[in-house]
Amino acid sequence: MSALAAALRKDLLLQWRTRAQVVAIFVFGASALLLFSFAIGPHAAALRQHAAGFLWLALLLSSTLALAESFQSEMEHRALEGLLLLPADARALYYGKAIANALQLTLLGVALVPVMVVLYDAGTARLPALLGIIVLGSAGLSAPGTLYAAMTAQARARQTLLPLLLFPLVVPVLLAAVKATSLLILGDPMGQIRSWAVLLVSFNAIYWSLCGLLFERVVED
Amino acid sequence: MRDYSTRPYALGGLGIALLLWGSTWGLLFAPREAYMGDVQRIMYVHVPTAWNAMLALTFAFACALFFLLRGGWEWDARLEAAIEVGVVLSTLLCMQGAIWAKPTWGVWWDWDPRLTTMAVLLFAFGGILALRQFVDDPVKRAVWSAVAVVIAYVDVPIVYFSVKWWNSLHQMQSSPETVSRAFHWPLRINAFGVLLLVAGLIDLRTRLAALRREGELAAPPVVAERATPAPIGAAGGTP
Amino acid sequence: MHLTPRRGTGRTSAVTGLAVEAEGLGRRYGRRWALRDVSLAIPVGSVVMLAGRNGSGKSTLLRVLATAIRADLGTARVALHDVRTERREVRKRVALLAHHSHHYEALTPRENLAIAASFLGREGDRPRLLALLGRVGLADRADDPVSTLSAGMRKRLALARVLLQDAAVLFLDEPYGELDPPGFHLLDRVIGELRAGGATVIVATHLLERGRALCDRALVLEEGRLVWSGPAAEVPEDAAAGGPTS
Repeated sequence: MSALAAALRKDLLLQWRTRAQVVAIFVFGASALLLFSFAIGPHAAALRQHAAGFLWLALLLSSTLALAESFQSEMEHRALEGLLLLPADARALYYGKAIANALQLTLLGVALVPVMVVLYDAGTARLPALLGIIVLGSAGLSAPGTLYAAMTAQARARQTLLPLLLFPLVVPVLLAAVKATSLLILGDPMGQIRSWAVLLVSFNAIYWSLCGLLFERVVED
Repeated sequence: MRDYSTRPYALGGLGIALLLWGSTWGLLFAPREAYMGDVQRIMYVHVPTAWNAMLALTFAFACALFFLLRGGWEWDARLEAAIEVGVVLSTLLCMQGAIWAKPTWGVWWDWDPRLTTMAVLLFAFGGILALRQFVDDPVKRAVWSAVAVVIAYVDVPIVYFSVKWWNSLHQMQSSPETVSRAFHWPLRINAFGVLLLVAGLIDLRTRLAALRREGELAAPPVVAERATPAPIGAAGGTP
Repeated sequence: MHLTPRRGTGRTSAVTGLAVEAEGLGRRYGRRWALRDVSLAIPVGSVVMLAGRNGSGKSTLLRVLATAIRADLGTARVALHDVRTERREVRKRVALLAHHSHHYEALTPRENLAIAASFLGREGDRPRLLALLGRVGLADRADDPVSTLSAGMRKRLALARVLLQDAAVLFLDEPYGELDPPGFHLLDRVIGELRAGGATVIVATHLLERGRALCDRALVLEEGRLVWSGPAAEVPEDAAAGGPTS
């Protein structure tokens, strides 16, 4: 079994074993969607217009919880250090964790879609495309998010530091994902979704490689 | 240790002198711009600030790369200085942008791609300053902030492009430098003025950071006698 | 002094001469030097006690030699490889039983060992994992989450994990820490078996009596410096007495 497969297996097992937390994070995200609707008021047209933005904001906020959680188990008894000493390749450990986080965020995103449909009357018939955007957006959050989660799990004030570092960085992901989702919901007469998807793919390509390279410096002494 | 004592002050002093000269010229004596009027004069300060903010943050990126690839505490000290000065300049830039936008467009913020990118950079690098505050171990602090700077800087073109595209779908806003033409001499003088001032500030701040690091890290222990002395990385730099 | 490879798995290689050599090791944490100018040479196959008060630098020394952390000054070679430039090679040949037990709370002992095995390239070896758990006395708790285990049982799990690695050099940091009397005897037996198999073991402990009985040599650290080295039977009584808690 390659190191990456071993790492991915470990992280999926950990996620499965702590799945109660994911449910709690989903509830958090759904509550956020509800609260956002109060910010607009019961105006159906306005709610529909902004639904995509709120979905991604809810997912972004939920991601800080999920990402921080993903390194809790690695740091409390220094399990990550234990693996590095076996020796296990730091890059494999990063990609295993980042992929598992991306899958978890995709799941969260998909679970929040029905909530959005109900609260905002904002649905789309183009479900495969929506899934694609959710996957790309989740991956874009996960790549730098996993790196920063590893960093902040070892620092003080970790709950504040992770969003502080992550949010400015993922502005392109937020912009692209919101625009693309909005076009799926409201219609895309000029076929612009493709361009936003390309932006997401580029962000992912750059950050999945860059963070993989830098991860070792963050977790090794 | 080299004696820095006069260099930053010399740089800063010269910079301020140039700034005074260029600003007086641009703000009071340069020809009035036909289309926009006196508001356009802010460009004599705004453009130099923009150039130097990017320069400071690019210098921070270079320091981060040097630190990660070659090590050495001096790069961490310069990194700290460059980030701080870059954040201050970005803040000034956003304030200037707002001051320009209000009389021009009637709103404080017009989502100009360049300015919005600077705002995102302001938050990104400000966050890295916060990161430095919350990490106690000097080595970890240095490595992590260097990593964070690299990640944030690589994002700059992506943020710029995505905001530009996002904005272009609505309306074509304009920024001071695209609309109005400046009388270029006061602009250049100010640009050099800010550059020298920034260089002086970074120099001074680097010295402060280096002194703080010296206070945080214990000096190598005194050794009575050693058979084969082989101190590696006496300053504790990372490889 | 040649050493025959350990049984079965072929992960370790023959190690000749010195298992551990260090020259002028120094490591600081901020303003405090935890290790100062530590030089030592440990022959292959010896069992060494590392004694000293709390805060004397024992854990730091073990962690530096195991490549968990870097030295700020000095050099060291463990299992013939440099700890600074050949970390990966050192890690393949050593195992560290640390203060932190390197496990996942939410998973079971069996799963924790399986994860370690998968990174060691031995994920198919299920019977061996169970046998190891049996050896450390965790067979009947193999499938309970570690969060439900006592501190002593977690130590046993950590021990099993270390044994899984088939290392040529083992660093045990206060292994007797949370163990009960049966656990003490288990550990004594394990160290004896390791010695018989030709491994080099460095045990940090302040249980001087036990150390004198088990170990060949002893090193004493005080405030980060090596202040005494000699046969384990002769280690001075005050080596682990009192001192500040770390």
